[in-house]
Amino acid sequence: MGKTITEKILSRASGHDVSPGDIIVAPIDACVAHDGTAPLAIRAFREMGARKVWDPSRVALVIDHIAPSSSEGTSNLHIMMRQFAAEQGIRLFDVGEGICHQLMPEKGYVLPGRVIVGADSHTCTYGAFGAFSTGIGSTELAAVLVSGKLWFKVPETIRCLISGRLPQGVLPKDVILHLLGLIGADGATYKAIEFSGSTVAEMSVSGRMTLCNMVVEMGAKSGIVEPDEKVREFLRRRTEAEGEYLKSDPDAEYSDTIRVSAEGLEPLVACPSSVDNVRPVREVEGAKVDQVFLGSCTNGRLEDLLEAARILKGRRVKEGVRMLVIPASREVYLEALRMGLLQMFAEAGCSIYGPGCGPCPGGHLGVLGQGEICVSTSNRNFVGRMGSKEAQIYLASPLTAAASAVTGELTDPRRFLGERS
Amino acid sequence: MTIKGQVWKFGDAVSTDAIISGKYKFKTIDLEELSQHAMETLVPDFAKRVKRGDVIVAGENFGCGSSREQAPLVLKHLGVGAIVAKSFARIFYRNCVNVGLPVVECREAPDRTRQGDTLEIDLRKGLVVNLTTGETFRAKPMPEFLLQMLEDGGLVEQFKKYGEFRWSTLSR
Repeated sequence: MGKTITEKILSRASGHDVSPGDIIVAPIDACVAHDGTAPLAIRAFREMGARKVWDPSRVALVIDHIAPSSSEGTSNLHIMMRQFAAEQGIRLFDVGEGICHQLMPEKGYVLPGRVIVGADSHTCTYGAFGAFSTGIGSTELAAVLVSGKLWFKVPETIRCLISGRLPQGVLPKDVILHLLGLIGADGATYKAIEFSGSTVAEMSVSGRMTLCNMVVEMGAKSGIVEPDEKVREFLRRRTEAEGEYLKSDPDAEYSDTIRVSAEGLEPLVACPSSVDNVRPVREVEGAKVDQVFLGSCTNGRLEDLLEAARILKGRRVKEGVRMLVIPASREVYLEALRMGLLQMFAEAGCSIYGPGCGPCPGGHLGVLGQGEICVSTSNRNFVGRMGSKEAQIYLASPLTAAASAVTGELTDPRRFLGERS
Repeated sequence: MTIKGQVWKFGDAVSTDAIISGKYKFKTIDLEELSQHAMETLVPDFAKRVKRGDVIVAGENFGCGSSREQAPLVLKHLGVGAIVAKSFARIFYRNCVNVGLPVVECREAPDRTRQGDTLEIDLRKGLVVNLTTGETFRAKPMPEFLLQMLEDGGLVEQFKKYGEFRWSTLSR
């Protein structure tokens, strides 16, 4: 019987011919933790009596969730991370460098075929590069720091076959929101999701990152896309290592296959307060908006800023709306700066902040008050996620976010793109 | 390992944000301080009212969302003896085992358990008994090495006890 990419990666890593359900131990090729999870991992590392990290070159620490710090308590946790990094010879990406999931691929930690873990649920993002990557807790991250290994249950794979051209106004975010609506917030628990089909083959690495990023919102362990020339091109400037460009066998076994015709998709939102409460934007148009957030590990890349710019260029953010633009990394920030995007956003009335997670985890920079409504390009809209439990979050694409910022209410972006089907 | 306690009943999709909000968790890793805010969007005075040994009973996808280990840690710190749910989010489930907070996946018990009932859980036998109603439910079996980790008090305690990670024995 054939194997999926995920089964091949885990077979290679564990040294055994694995099948779904097997429990295996695999060496970890790279790992990451951030300011929300590293402090507990460092504490667990010490409690285990460990002295030295197994291989500092395979570890990245990132200060991104509350960057820069907004309180003395957070500052002290950041100091703890800096001291640990210095002591262990680990590279630390400090305030302003960007979000861990953007930095890991940009800085060459991610390669196709590798096994990567991170103390953050969105570590599944690196599946866009053909790597097996998944989120773990702080204590397991500490175990990885000590031993360089971790146990995994080999997941079954759900195949999402997406074919055809995305219509005007429809972005990768809409594709993943559509799948979330179909599969549900726990419909893929413990599973891997493999994205394939002509839409995915055509999609940029950035778009594939958006897809893989949100698989955890369906409960999945990992997402994956067959790595190709686009991945090779992305990595060329970043690392000399090669990685393994694996394909699923034609006779690989999937627990389910979901077919999506891209042509039939339209702009979507995940309505409050569940990621799978997905509806067409046109059905919920008109809800008044207080804040719009363009950024996060889901949609904070150059391509996302460019999409938003299509609508914001030459227009103004509606009076009374706060629009926050937060590039996902310094690289994205600099590129946007060079292209004049940041000036354009500023002229349109947006507030631009340094790279990081921004308001997504609810700790700083745009915390929502009672009854406020936010349209966000991020990945979670749980009650209280971005502040008040009486606030409401709509998850949407960069286009929908920009359109809503301009009108001050939830708006189908096709109204601005000269086509309304 | 047997756990006996009174039930706190919750619904579906209790996220780790609801267990401990991002408002607090980036400022400290002091569990005494953090745990005062546990579950506060769902039960405002949960931290004050929960008693040592109490059992959380919930519906589907308990612990969904963020990988924050602060979530199981604050519940454990408050003395929660176990969590029984129809299903768990994957990372949260693993985190519970790693911090030594017993988790029990059981399809039937949540619908037949009310707030304040007394439950008795036998982890090894995989049984959940509602002592208030007299009903017994079968839990989904847990792999032996995870049961052992719970019995040892979690991953850190287990490592201290054996000087190695026990999963190395899993390697075929």
